Amino acid sequence: MDEKDRILLHLLEENCRTPEKELAVLAEMSEQDVHNRIGRLEATGAIRRYGAVVDWEQAGNGNVAAVIELKVSPERDFGYDRIAERIARFPQVRSLRLMTGAYDLQLLVAGPSMHEIARFVSEQIAPMDRIRETATHIIMKTYKENGTTFAEREGVERLPYSF
Amino acid sequence: MRDFVSARARAIPPSGIRKFFDIAQTMEDVISLGVGEPDFVTPWCVCEASIYSIEQGSTAYTSNKGTPQLRGAISRYLDTRFRTRYDAEDEIIVTCGVSEAADIAIRAVTDPGDEVLVAEPCYVSYTPCVSLAGGVPVPVRCRADDEFRLTADALAESITRKTKALIANFPNNPTGGVMQEADWRAIADLLVDHDLLLISDEVYGELTYDGDHFSPARLPELRERTITLNGFSKAFAMTGWRIGYLCAPPEITAAALKIHQYVALCAPVMGQIAAYEALRIGEAEKDAMVREYRLRRNLFVDGLNKLGLACHLPKGAFYAFPSVESTGMTDTEFAESLLREQHVAVVPGSVLGPSGAGHVRCAYAVSRDDLKEAISRIGAFLDSVK
Repeated sequence: MDEKDRILLHLLEENCRTPEKELAVLAEMSEQDVHNRIGRLEATGAIRRYGAVVDWEQAGNGNVAAVIELKVSPERDFGYDRIAERIARFPQVRSLRLMTGAYDLQLLVAGPSMHEIARFVSEQIAPMDRIRETATHIIMKTYKENGTTFAEREGVERLPYSF
Repeated sequence: MRDFVSARARAIPPSGIRKFFDIAQTMEDVISLGVGEPDFVTPWCVCEASIYSIEQGSTAYTSNKGTPQLRGAISRYLDTRFRTRYDAEDEIIVTCGVSEAADIAIRAVTDPGDEVLVAEPCYVSYTPCVSLAGGVPVPVRCRADDEFRLTADALAESITRKTKALIANFPNNPTGGVMQEADWRAIADLLVDHDLLLISDEVYGELTYDGDHFSPARLPELRERTITLNGFSKAFAMTGWRIGYLCAPPEITAAALKIHQYVALCAPVMGQIAAYEALRIGEAEKDAMVREYRLRRNLFVDGLNKLGLACHLPKGAFYAFPSVESTGMTDTEFAESLLREQHVAVVPGSVLGPSGAGHVRCAYAVSRDDLKEAISRIGAFLDSVK
């Protein structure tokens, strides 16, 4: 990855719908070059997916989400990878990370109700082998997601002219 | 009753954009490219440190020349960033923005009748400050054909026996022009030959997009005859904090400090603490802002040229300075009609010195969406006047 790739990735991360023509102007390269580079970044997996940052609450969706902490006994030869792989297969699991500190795996789980999430944790996750302990934290409000602040701050008016 | 206003104050021309202000005030949906300040809010880490210091009761005067911490940080910053060395103890004064730094620099070196060369087009304050100090401002023209650099030829033409100093601002407001080392070497020879002082306003130094900013005080022959001015407003989005600084050899610094202590006492302490934080931990956010300005520049200048408004690619600052001559209008007519008809505010170049005539200053320190909208409105405007 070079500087030009880095600029393209930042621009796409900010708005993946930016036309290639505009990317070319912004990043000071030809449209063909932009096209080729994006193709390569997709092929190598540097770009995993194009998506939108959705404020589901604003959209009127009643889903709830929870952060779930798991204490896990690692397996000889595999560490946490195999158990993580099993957990990641559940579509309810939106993100999954291995953490330092008081617990091992952190999940972000979304579901239609608090009840559903509780059932998912107690029936699907907790009984799995090697899970020693679970702690479920319901998300009450999202202030910022993937770098995007949800609450609108009132801007301060600037003078129309200054030198 | 007598007219109490002094002849000097009366002689200062009123701002050339007063009427633009008045028109813009009546409109709801103006896209203003007329603002010479970043649209970013000061990095939060900087604000947070200053808020904390206020809570701790840090609200008093500081040393006249600024807190030792900030002067030390400025000294180290200039050394690492621009490779100029200034002693924190007797070669740096923290001022109320670069505006004050320019004023006290000019007053510290200007005697009545001294001619002070001003590289134009430029920021509006240098010329009146020279006049208020009793000096005679003399414009030196920087031309579009030279990418708005100051050339030795133009400078040589303007030097007389009375010339004392040259004021230059690169990267330049309003043109975005920059001066590289070779450009400064040519100027340095003239300054030395004629024993002139250089006042170099480098407030846009961090906003240099192709190669690094070259600070003229890096040249040994200029170091002893240069007053370097810089500040936090543009690079760190800190316009409202009013923190700039002046760096010069000790004798000049001492003279400027006398003026500073009587007119300002010291720069605001909250701003000084914020500025210290900006140098300590603000670099990443500054770099992110500079990257964003570069993207905006590319987008906006490309848009202007596609509309047929000839504009060189500015290498610094956050201004595009397109020529409007192809429209057959003067810069003032263009700016006024554009504001009235399409609600886009730009500054007529002639306001920024006679050599700015025929151009308009467009600050691209607004969001990319606003820049796209501005381009489309300017396009509609050009179609309507064809």
